[in-house]
Order: sequence, then structure tokens, then C-alpha cells
Amino acid sequence: MNKNTGILGRKIGMTQFFNDKGQIEPVTVVEAGPIVVTQVKTTETDGYNAIQVGFATQKEQRVTKALKGHFAKAGVAPTKLLREFRMDDVSAYSVGQQITVGEVFTVGQKIDVTGTSKGRGFSGVMKRHNFAGFIRSHGTHEFFRHGGSLGTRLTPGHVAKGKKMPGHEGDKRTTVQNLVVAKIDAENNLLFIRGGIPGARNKLVMVRGAVKA
Amino acid sequence: MANLQQIEKSLVEQSDDSIQIGDTVKVHVRILDGAKERVQIFQGTVIARKHAGVRETITVRKISNGVGVERVFPIHAPVISKIEVKSRHYVRRAKLYYLRNLRGKKARLREIKDFYSKK
Repeated sequence: MNKNTGILGRKIGMTQFFNDKGQIEPVTVVEAGPIVVTQVKTTETDGYNAIQVGFATQKEQRVTKALKGHFAKAGVAPTKLLREFRMDDVSAYSVGQQITVGEVFTVGQKIDVTGTSKGRGFSGVMKRHNFAGFIRSHGTHEFFRHGGSLGTRLTPGHVAKGKKMPGHEGDKRTTVQNLVVAKIDAENNLLFIRGGIPGARNKLVMVRGAVKA
Repeated sequence: MANLQQIEKSLVEQSDDSIQIGDTVKVHVRILDGAKERVQIFQGTVIARKHAGVRETITVRKISNGVGVERVFPIHAPVISKIEVKSRHYVRRAKLYYLRNLRGKKARLREIKDFYSKK
């Protein structure tokens, strides 16, 4: 389980800059935090230690009554995203506390980024499962992007469970592991991550210290 | 909310607006020749400039041994030590791609003679 602290953010998009070696650094810019602690969970009251944090303010009318009560109890404005960070010791945190990127990450640190991947709709097996398709020549027609055979005949008489077939692709929770923090702009709450991260621009993401670091 | 264009601008130390389309420029590129570093100069006409904050590039065209050569320089790259403007020309377009289809005398641009005195 990932017990590293992290931050919540919004994907801004990709760009590049020149690092001190003069090489191009391809980066994704994330508007990261500041996040606000909405609840502190401890072993005595909840059975485990964690902090619950919120990011991106939400209009009050778009929040359910239950959540409205939860935010009111914490004395915090409603947020679009609520996430928990499990940790061994929560004594450093209190409800209402603000956390910024500069406090959480350092440049060069390995991180995991979790987000919702871009939705691809109902996709065929070539896009969804990287099937090879079928040969284009030698008399093939109508089967260029098909997946081929689904199984055998009377034995076992049915299609194997879990057989890869067309269906909805993307719009799933996706984590990319071991990315590197390329740069931090603490003043403007910007996190520059080397490489790409899941999801479209303006989507909310969770950034945590890497589990496999 | 943070804007990507503003961020790209903020990554540039200083934007150089002295280079214009149609200029004859000398681009000084630092290259690593084995262990030694030396400067290579590429001289030609600026036929395009793509503004994109830190990703900004210029396309420089020259005729080398009768063959048209174009190089795209990311002007904010540290390997570009200097870009000298040698002369300025009258142009009526932002992109001079039409020069690619012209040869010899037709591919000339009219120079702004008093370019230095105007400055």
C-alpha cells in the first residue's frame, strides 16, 4: 500500500524546457494544490491512520447534503475532489491545514500519478488489446481489424472467460509509476513532471511518492 | 487558473524580438566535437518563426553548393550561443515558404539599406 504523502492537482498540459545540462526536458505541468485537510483519521476512531484532503473548490449547490455537512464540520469550503492519504503518523496534521507542493515533493523525487485515462468509447480489439488485425492482401475482405477465432468447437463448447473482445476503452482509473519531479514552482503551485500522465487536460489527478522508489 | 501559454513564457529567461522574417542571420551553435567544444555558424535567411514560449523556433534557409538547406533552431536552447542579424529585407509575408520554389535571381529579397542607421 502506498503510504507516501502526496498532493492533488489539475493537469494543465505538456510542454518542455531546457535543464541545466542544456537538454530538453519533456514535462507535464500540473497545478498542484494547495490542498486542505478535511479530516484526520486515527487508529482509535477509524481503525487506521490517514488524512483526508480536498482540492478544487466546488459550488455549494453541487454538493450533496451529506458532504455539505462533512465540509461544514471541518470548517472548509466544499471541494470537487476528496482523497485519503494513508500514513503511519498523522500527528503533524490538523483539520483545516493547508498543504502546498513545496512541502510535499523535492526535485528529482520519484512519484506515482493516478488519474482517469482519456475515454475512447467502444473500441475494437486492435486499439483496446493491441491485437495485430489480419493480413491486408491475399483476398482478405471485411476482416482487416477483426480479432480472429474466439475458441474451439464442441470442446469446451463455449468462449473462454475473460476472452479479449471489443468494448469500452479508457475513462478508467490509471496509475503511472516512477515518474520524476523535474521542477517545482512553489510560488505558483506548479509541479513539472517528466513524461506524460493519464487523462485529458484540466482533469484532476493524484500525485504520490512512488511505492517502488 | 494556470494557463499553459503563460507557463511556457515564464520558462524563457529573455525573449529576443530582434529577429524578423526575411533577416539574414548568423546562428552560432555550440557543438561537442569529441571532447572539445567549438562553435559552428549557420548563415541564411529566416523564412519562418514559430512562437511558442520556450518551444519557439526559427527556420533558416540557405543555398549550399546549389542545394537548398533548411535548419530549424529552437532559439531558446542553450546550445545556441548567439544569433546575429546581418541584414534586413522587405517582406510581405510571415512565412517565406515560397522561396523554396524559386531559384537564383528570383529567390532574392530586397534589402533595407539603412537598416543599421534606422536602429
